[in-house]
Amino acid sequence: MTSGIIFNIQRYSIHDGPGIRTTVFLKGCPLKCWWCHNPESQNIHQEIAFWPDRCLDCGDCLKACADKALTRKNEGFLTDKNKCLLCASCAKACFTEARELVGKQITIEEVMEEIKQDIIFYDQSGGGVTFSGGEPLMQGQFLQELLLACQKEYIHTTVDTSGYAPWEVLKGISKLTNLFLYDIKLIDEEKHIKFTGVSNRLILDNLKRLLAEKTRIIVRIPIIPNINDDVDNILKTGRLMRSLGLKEVNLLPYHDSATGKYERRAETYHLMQVKTPTKEKMQDISSILADLGLNAVQQ
Amino acid sequence: MNERVAKLRQESLETVPSISLERARLVTEAYKMYEGKVSVPVLRALTFKYLMENKTICINEGELIVGERGPAPQATPTYPELCCHSLEDMEVMHNRETISFFVNEEAKKIQEEVIIPYWKGKSMRDLLLNSMTVQWKDCYSAGIFTEFMEQRSPGHTVADDKIYKKGLIDLMQDIVKSLKELDFYNDTNAYEKQEELNAMLICADAVLTFARRHAEKVAEMAELEIDPIRKKELEEIAVVCERVPAHKPRTFREALQAYWFFHLGVITELNTWDSFCPGKLDQHLYPFYKDDIAQGILSPEEAKELLQCFWVKFNNQPAPPKVGITLEESGTYTDFCNINIGGLKPDGTDGVNELSYMLLEIINEMRILQPSTNIQVSRKNPDKFIQKAAQVIREGLGQPSVFNTDAVIEELLRQGKSIEDARCGGTSGCVETGAFGKEAYILTGYFNLVKVLEITLYNGMDPRTGKLIGIQTGNPRYFTSFEQLMDAFKKQLKHFIDIKIQGNNIIEKLYAIHMPSPFLSIIISDCIEKGKDYHDGGARYNTNYIQGVGIGSITDSLSALKHHVFEEKTLTMDELFNTLEDNFQDNEKIRQLLLNLTPKYGNDNDYADSIMQAVFDAFYTEINGRKNMKGGVYRINMLPTTCHVYFGSVIGATPDGRKSGDVLSEGISPVQGADRKGPTAVIKSAAKMDHLRTGGTLLNQKFTPQVLEGNEGLIKLTHLIRSYFKLDGHHIQFNVISAETLRKAQAEPEKYRDLIVRVAGYSDYFRNLNKKLQDEIIARTEYDSM
Repeated sequence: MTSGIIFNIQRYSIHDGPGIRTTVFLKGCPLKCWWCHNPESQNIHQEIAFWPDRCLDCGDCLKACADKALTRKNEGFLTDKNKCLLCASCAKACFTEARELVGKQITIEEVMEEIKQDIIFYDQSGGGVTFSGGEPLMQGQFLQELLLACQKEYIHTTVDTSGYAPWEVLKGISKLTNLFLYDIKLIDEEKHIKFTGVSNRLILDNLKRLLAEKTRIIVRIPIIPNINDDVDNILKTGRLMRSLGLKEVNLLPYHDSATGKYERRAETYHLMQVKTPTKEKMQDISSILADLGLNAVQQ
Repeated sequence: MNERVAKLRQESLETVPSISLERARLVTEAYKMYEGKVSVPVLRALTFKYLMENKTICINEGELIVGERGPAPQATPTYPELCCHSLEDMEVMHNRETISFFVNEEAKKIQEEVIIPYWKGKSMRDLLLNSMTVQWKDCYSAGIFTEFMEQRSPGHTVADDKIYKKGLIDLMQDIVKSLKELDFYNDTNAYEKQEELNAMLICADAVLTFARRHAEKVAEMAELEIDPIRKKELEEIAVVCERVPAHKPRTFREALQAYWFFHLGVITELNTWDSFCPGKLDQHLYPFYKDDIAQGILSPEEAKELLQCFWVKFNNQPAPPKVGITLEESGTYTDFCNINIGGLKPDGTDGVNELSYMLLEIINEMRILQPSTNIQVSRKNPDKFIQKAAQVIREGLGQPSVFNTDAVIEELLRQGKSIEDARCGGTSGCVETGAFGKEAYILTGYFNLVKVLEITLYNGMDPRTGKLIGIQTGNPRYFTSFEQLMDAFKKQLKHFIDIKIQGNNIIEKLYAIHMPSPFLSIIISDCIEKGKDYHDGGARYNTNYIQGVGIGSITDSLSALKHHVFEEKTLTMDELFNTLEDNFQDNEKIRQLLLNLTPKYGNDNDYADSIMQAVFDAFYTEINGRKNMKGGVYRINMLPTTCHVYFGSVIGATPDGRKSGDVLSEGISPVQGADRKGPTAVIKSAAKMDHLRTGGTLLNQKFTPQVLEGNEGLIKLTHLIRSYFKLDGHHIQFNVISAETLRKAQAEPEKYRDLIVRVAGYSDYFRNLNKKLQDEIIARTEYDSM
């Protein structure tokens, strides 16, 4: 039985494709974008998350940890990642959910059971399921089988991808999904490497090859101040789209909602001082794209 | 809104609700004249006549629809024949922080010197409480149930279209016809019928006098008016009041004024629950509107202005003052006139018309507490109708609420109503289903499901008082299975429902004998034909309700017991009891276990939801179909008004993690914060209840304005509503969250775990955002709601 690793299933998802949807977040991502608002999605393995404000300081997690990977610190309990074998006994022992196991090994059947619960809403609204991440293509086999299972149930599917995957994987997926939400973050390769950790060549090549497959594509651009919101990048992205005959583009303004997550993970967050783009700024970007004949929607 | 409406609205909003003893004084004078000299229905009718002949006529500056219940806007009468307030009551009403009424010294003096000496010990409240058993009184004070007729009369009905098709003179002819047909040779009830019908005639005539007094007063004012425009308006009002409600209305304006006189009649005769209501206003008015527009005697703007003036009239009449438990169960100035918009026509076709949309605009412009409004949504209505309503809902007014008319019709059909009567019906009060103009659908009291569980856990004893008020169903510490616990609960449930219904049966008779309502009886079919009062089975359909409260809290409590004590054995019954008795004081950890690691209702989880179904079935089976005293039967509905707060205050800590005295879940909504999978999961859970077997359920959903932003937001809300209604959901209401609530959510995140906010480009649980972002959204919400 095929299984994969996911970190969340969100019902009543209304911004990831048409209608009312369920979004399945697959864990693991080959990119490491500075603005990532789901840092817990990057690692393909399970991990333990800690929520200090929920902690009652009862120490049950310490007692439950057979590997002695936990130590008491002023602000809660710290995990020694070298000792922790991710057995999750600490999370099980925690009644307040201050310690949570992020990432769940799950079978196709289990995912489908959850997806099928909202069929009545998909039918009513023209919605369906969106597979997002992380990067869902990192678990290509699992994703393929999920898409097949949805097809059998006549459920509309969307794959939300960075496009960073071997072409064969993407090609296989393209035959099974109804819609791609395809990210173009930056046109300049150097910058792309700097801010996401990988080159954008594969991403752009894949996008070109994908056109032949005739699957509907909506391009998504996250708008990150001072990183990709300059006129040059927007114009280049728009022109590329036009040259490829792509019309639909969604603009996602950066938001600092993830600050807390980075704090909790004790990781550096590069965008600490960055503010959400203003409405005017978003409007300007929209207009640039609209002038190129594109259908730009702000989200 | 134009200047006139803005001014009337402002006055209505700024006037402080006060107590007027005019009605109480006139009623007392009438009783002193007639009591003991005539039959009871005629006594009531003569009292009503005396009121209509002598009460102050109030015409407010600039208004187009006239008539007030009191001598001035917001001047609220009392009903000493129902409830004779003590001087202390008057002080409390005057001084309390919320829902207060200004009481002046003169009012206190009249109360002390005139009202109390006559009514003390002989109001319906006294009569009723004196007729109850010790057992009933114990349950009542323990908070097992409330009693609706303790301070107000049954009421709870709505007008249909007959008052637009017949004038009072036509109705009087119907009454005379019934009188002529009385058979004193064979009908043993002929005398009672004669008295009731005579009483109806007196009441009809009294309202004619009342309308004529308005016409005369307005004509006088017209003569003295200097401003030529207002002079003309007053002359027109005088003509309208001469015409209606004596004759059937001919124009849009006459129709509104006619309704308003009937409304004032009903709410002056008695303090009826949920005041009175025009029901399907858009459908009733549409023929007049269409004709007037075609004839060129009315413009849409004029129609809107008239409707807005009509709106102000409702807002001028706060619910008469309540005290004690009645105030606890319904703590609001709102008197629950709940106007129905949309739905189906009697022939089953789409009933949405131009006026439906106009009413939605009016709600949005007026933004006043009363009247309440709802949309009746059928699968046959266009999406545009829901989306237009959603635009208003998004404003955060809490109005209109949204009903599934197709389900309402099925509920009525299941209860045996004809298809036409069902389609002419709708919902009133909060969410209650009724055949408008033809049914007495009387709410008799809220029923505290969670308290019954608490008493089951204490083997029949109320832990708050130590009194044995239940039956002894065994010490749950020795129960070995969940089924044993459920059996014990069901036995207790039957015990308490028996007590409630025994009390109800007596109260119903008391009202039939001592407090008939002949004026209301004229308007509700088939009281005239039967020669029977509304309180005595005169209506075509007679349904009594008991309203279940706390289904979410009891489900989660039972789920915790089943899961942790009987199945997983995470806790022993002893441990759980100790923790609860301790109100979790030294054991927050166990509370967290109960809160977080228990299957909960509202998450589309069959484990918890099947417990909800079991409790619902038990409640339904115990009540549904029991006979009432009017030839009808009992049904259930699931709504709390504000009673979940009161009921929570009488219960200690519960196994769902709720602390002693905290509120219970409201309506059929999940426990506050227990639903963690979003609105679709809540809807799926709630729809597992068989709504069609009720006479109404109430589901609340919270959203921030951002979730409903833009056209997309409206479309998705429409889909959510349609999906719930496909599943036979009865009603859904959307609370668009204010910044104030968000601040509370910030302070107590655990209570607002289910709160979803739109961040930017996506939505998230509010509790999962950092403080900075929360602050930002609060600021944004404040901005958005301006």
